[in-house]
Amino acid sequence: MTSLSREDVAHVARLARLALSDEELDRYTDQLRAVLDHARDLEAFDLESTVPTAHPFAAAAYLREDVVVEGLDRDEVLSQAPAVEDDRFCVPQIIGDAP
Amino acid sequence: MTTAIELADSVRRGETTATALTAEALAAIAAGNGTLNAFLHVDTEGALAAAGSVDRAVANGEDPGLLAGVPIALKDNLCTRGVPTTAASRILEGWRPPYTATVVDRLVGAGAIPVGKTNLDEFAMGSSTENSAFGPTRNPHDHARVPGGSSGGSAAAVASGMVPIGLGSDTGGSIRQPAALCGVVGVKPTYGMVSRYGLIAFASSLDQIGPLTRTVADAAVCLEVIAGHDPRDSTSLDEPAPSLVASLHDGVEGRTVALVRELVDGSAADVEASVNASAAALRDAGATVIEISIPELRLGLSAYYLIAPAEASSNLARYDGVRYGLRVDAADLTMMNVATRTTGFGDEVKRRIMLGTYALSAGYYDAYYGRAQRVRTLLSRAFADAYGRADLLLGATAPTTAFELGAKTTDPMAMYLSDVFTIPSNLSGDPAITVPFGSGADGLPLGVQLLGPARSERLIFAAAQVLEEGAPR
Amino acid sequence: MTPESYEMVVGLEVHTELKTATKLFCGCPNAFGSEPNTNVCPVCLGLPGSLPVLNRGAVELAMAIGAALGCSIRPSSFHRKNYFYPDMPKDYQISQFDEPINVGGALELPDGSTVGIERAHLEEDTGKTTHVGASGRIHGAERSLVDYNRAGVPLVEIVSMPDITSAAQARAYAAELRSILVATGASDGRMEEGSMRVDANVSVRRLGEVTLGTRCEVKNLNSLRSLQRAVDHEAERQSELLAAGGRVVQETRHWDEGAGKTVTMRSKEEAYDYRYFPEPDLLPLVPEDAWRERVVAGLPALPAARRTTLLDLFQEPTSSQRDQVLSVVELGIDAMVTSAASSGVDATLALARVANEVAAIDGAAGLDVDSVVTVLVMEQAGELSATQAKAVLADVAEHGGDPRELAARRGFEQLEAGSLDATVDELIEAFPDEWTRYRQGDDKLAQFFVGQVMKLTKGKADGKAVVASLARRR
Repeated sequence: MTSLSREDVAHVARLARLALSDEELDRYTDQLRAVLDHARDLEAFDLESTVPTAHPFAAAAYLREDVVVEGLDRDEVLSQAPAVEDDRFCVPQIIGDAP
Repeated sequence: MTTAIELADSVRRGETTATALTAEALAAIAAGNGTLNAFLHVDTEGALAAAGSVDRAVANGEDPGLLAGVPIALKDNLCTRGVPTTAASRILEGWRPPYTATVVDRLVGAGAIPVGKTNLDEFAMGSSTENSAFGPTRNPHDHARVPGGSSGGSAAAVASGMVPIGLGSDTGGSIRQPAALCGVVGVKPTYGMVSRYGLIAFASSLDQIGPLTRTVADAAVCLEVIAGHDPRDSTSLDEPAPSLVASLHDGVEGRTVALVRELVDGSAADVEASVNASAAALRDAGATVIEISIPELRLGLSAYYLIAPAEASSNLARYDGVRYGLRVDAADLTMMNVATRTTGFGDEVKRRIMLGTYALSAGYYDAYYGRAQRVRTLLSRAFADAYGRADLLLGATAPTTAFELGAKTTDPMAMYLSDVFTIPSNLSGDPAITVPFGSGADGLPLGVQLLGPARSERLIFAAAQVLEEGAPR
Repeated sequence: MTPESYEMVVGLEVHTELKTATKLFCGCPNAFGSEPNTNVCPVCLGLPGSLPVLNRGAVELAMAIGAALGCSIRPSSFHRKNYFYPDMPKDYQISQFDEPINVGGALELPDGSTVGIERAHLEEDTGKTTHVGASGRIHGAERSLVDYNRAGVPLVEIVSMPDITSAAQARAYAAELRSILVATGASDGRMEEGSMRVDANVSVRRLGEVTLGTRCEVKNLNSLRSLQRAVDHEAERQSELLAAGGRVVQETRHWDEGAGKTVTMRSKEEAYDYRYFPEPDLLPLVPEDAWRERVVAGLPALPAARRTTLLDLFQEPTSSQRDQVLSVVELGIDAMVTSAASSGVDATLALARVANEVAAIDGAAGLDVDSVVTVLVMEQAGELSATQAKAVLADVAEHGGDPRELAARRGFEQLEAGSLDATVDELIEAFPDEWTRYRQGDDKLAQFFVGQVMKLTKGKADGKAVVASLARRR
């Protein structure tokens, strides 16, 4: 494990769509580094042969029948939206295409 | 104070009404909430309407349900249709969900009366309820102290007598730690026993909803009502709710309980003394108490603070200002997303989102998230070994009694350490309960924790009942 | 080096929407063309607290696709692919990553070549964004509007191996894949409606070179024709670039149909980092063996087998008949030919009518097979002329109904075979000179007799039947 840099924090903030001031960047770098330093205790164990756990009890998936269930009322849904136009959710101009 | 079971009985017998109990709870909240800030929203109208329909059912001779007329508090990360649900975050301020969480539907179906939504650390991230965007909750036993967290609002509401039952959610101890710090019973059920549908996700593979109550029996009834398979939650166990009340007085005779070194080490002397006293109480009731060490438990905290933030970073991506909640306008979409999230999320949430984003990012996944998941396997195996030697495990719930407001807010790592004893059961998915057991040197409540293997709720509740009866008065 | 000294290497990624009743993770209708934001619920809107529950029907169709492509169907799992985009309600897409449901496989094309299949996995579709201002384009638009009806519709992404070596082969692969998807009932294969979407990974390398060149992904291929053109142009662009000493930059390019070229999509400020991790809300997908076996056993006849069945109707099919066989199978209307042939209709007639007249009908695959066969049987029996048969087919397409009634309504009462012969005999007597010249070999006079018959029968006779009748008497 390498030590977390200020640039790393700036990068993850961008990925997570968060803006940080210089002061916040310094503070978060210190705080996150402390957590990651604590996590070095995980290195002490040999984990090569240990499989990762993603779910506490990984039984086979429960499957739903392909049957229509009543959904939500559009007016109720759109009443919660910050901006609506033509019964659609309205967002400011998009710069950059979908990946 | 009357228990939920007694209240429901008296409603069913017609000795009191749901409306009267609801009015009483609303009055208690009105009197105490200004100081405690346990509730973020009180749904007076909805509560009285629900009480009215329970009273009509009783009048019509219908079965009003196991929790007839019992006022309950809901942690504000549980969705309630048309009733504000914020997860104590600015980013969801004013949001009225168009649907209701499964657990709330089930409670209402059993006659319970939701009176309001309780405070929490924003998105359940915290151990003191100080991370709420709407101000901290105060501990009813000492207003200068925290109630614990993140379900601090529900814990304070129950401990102060406003309601007999509160629902919380427990991702790393968020039910058990505040329950211990407020002197009430708190249960983290087996992962999948209670549906998460409608619980605003923090860390999906760790989150579990459970009750906070004044008695073990009330917790048992509440869990019976909310547990059981839900086809809307794929991770919900494919089995019905366990019957807990029937076996509540089975005792611990012939059971082996292991006091776990790692679940006591590092706690304050009064905490350790209380755990030892609880071990003696179990021994007096016929259990064999042994002492064991599970070194892997020491890794829990590190694994947890990688796994939970990683899942959270993804779960909280949807708060982007497009569909609901806060939007801070900006010139283009990306800038709007950034402005909304930067304004809407508090410090701790941002910290965890960034930590989790880092743990999952290219080049670091294996070193952090991947490793943490392997440790999770290791930990589950270690628990399984322990359950080969003992039926139940015993330890402290939290390292200290309730700490003072502001004591740990500037040092995240110190705050994270409050969860060191509760985190392992979230990682393994196994159930655990905290029961009040004596008080600390400062006179504040203490709780001890019982842990069991998956689906061992009946055993845990029977042992908890023994501790409740044997606790110092 | 010249551009001609390079060869192209192409792999295709095909996304197909599955024809389920409901979405992949919720019970909302999977329907095209509904009012915006009417097929939505907490799950497909990504509301806080909602959870996905996998659709059994989607799993079944995904397995059917895998079986049809000869894939091995395996226990699989879902991951989250994290990126921000407003058409994705959770700001992550649930997709299969390192454990897809279908692995390996191959697709044999009509020309006998084979394209390997790497994987075919399940994932959810996004919503639909429309751009306001700038004539509907994203660039320069003032704002955008999002409809989540399509969000969460089940998709299977079929990833080919980079085995394709020409634009025509790329097109043939996509066409064959579409036929298979339609045959299995997994998809309606409509590229125009976006229910089948193709992206092409194109690279070029020097002839004889083994290692692959740098590839570009070409998007916005809305028809088989644009796929073929785009692949051709992109390979040409890369070859010219390399021949001139330049180098190819790995990027995503957009096919501009109007301009007939690929253009760089706006470059990203930062590289995407999708932070894939196992979807904690979904458990591993492990279809029971019996279920899997049932799906494999229940597969319908696939296009390759159906082409063989049709070709077997001919002793020596002409090249145009081979083309017709390809096209009726691709359109999914080949059952009309086989069924007509087994009802006694001449295979040449049946194939010609179906490949020409029926194929020209919009939504030909949706026509009632029995009705079409009845028309062909009537034509074969001489009850309808070719012209009349075509008219009745058009009626079947437009209104549906019993072809005999449709024919009657048009006044195409059947001329009994006996009465046609009697009419011909009458005319032979009435026009002895013309009959003699015809008998002596002047075939042009056949048309004279046909005209006379038509006059007498008010056009109800079948010209071919008249000629046949004349020939019998010659």
